[in-house]
Amino acid sequence: MTVDLATLAAILAMAAATVLTRLSGLVLIRHVSLEGSRRKAIESIPPAVLMAVVAPTAFATGIAETVACAVTAFAALRLPMLVSVALGVACVAILRALGL
Amino acid sequence: MNDKTKQQDFLGGMRAISPLIAAVIPIGLVFGAVAATKGLSPAETALMSALVFAGGSQFVAMDIWTHPASWTGVGFAALLVNIRHVLMSASLGTRMGGFSQPARYLSMLFLADEIWAMAEFRAKVAKLTPAWFAGLVVPFYLAWVFSGLAGAALGAFLGDPVVLGLDFAFPAVFIVLVMGFWKGPETGAVLLASGAAAVATQHFVPGVWYIAAGAVAGLAAAMLTGKARGVEVTP
Repeated sequence: MTVDLATLAAILAMAAATVLTRLSGLVLIRHVSLEGSRRKAIESIPPAVLMAVVAPTAFATGIAETVACAVTAFAALRLPMLVSVALGVACVAILRALGL
Repeated sequence: MNDKTKQQDFLGGMRAISPLIAAVIPIGLVFGAVAATKGLSPAETALMSALVFAGGSQFVAMDIWTHPASWTGVGFAALLVNIRHVLMSASLGTRMGGFSQPARYLSMLFLADEIWAMAEFRAKVAKLTPAWFAGLVVPFYLAWVFSGLAGAALGAFLGDPVVLGLDFAFPAVFIVLVMGFWKGPETGAVLLASGAAAVATQHFVPGVWYIAAGAVAGLAAAMLTGKARGVEVTP
């Protein structure tokens, strides 16, 4: 059971950042009203961040990844999350096995 | 509130979260398995799940993990990925009339997408109580930490994640979440701006700056389309 010092520092930094986001909403509602355009702007942050994370995989890694991303997105329109993820994983495994 | 009502509320919370626990365990297993391939020990993996308890940012951290670990890189990425918690906590905070002030802050430390969604839903039909909220948190938290630990311990036996396609589970989860945030053409503008900026930045700038670049571009697109729409609207 080893814990590397740099890894521990990284975990603590992640924990601190996450605690900050979790508590700041509570502090915020004591001071600011979040309505109208401010709320809209903050609501756009999650899709913007998630898209930024997956974009290199979806568009700049390989054909297998691009196709699997499209399959996952299409499946997510109708199917539950786990099924969509499983389809995407199966798709990428098959396409990689075919050498794409 | 007597002990019996508290107990009933706690069990009610547990019942509400049970289907989401069934969904999170395989994701926790995969997280642990990939953490193992990135060189994290089972203890480090469990520590991360226990202290961070935010799947999205933990997946991103594994994606950008380096040796030795960069606390600035993953810390900044966690801040960006979890910035949505600010709004979620602000919204849920208005539903916590039945909580003492310390209980509000303590409860909010366990804010996760699934817990937040169930708590918001509960607040629509009944008064949200600390016992009911605890019924959501305790089993979900334990399921996340222990499935991660099990995945890390079994990681070596699960085989090469790239051949099995398991490394793709994280991007796949993100894609499903992105689809869930779809609210119309203005979301399309956000995704387009974010995706283009991220791909371009990742191509030219080393490190995780592409996440920040994509997020800022998406936010800018949201503000621009919001403004354009505001002009068109005539009440």
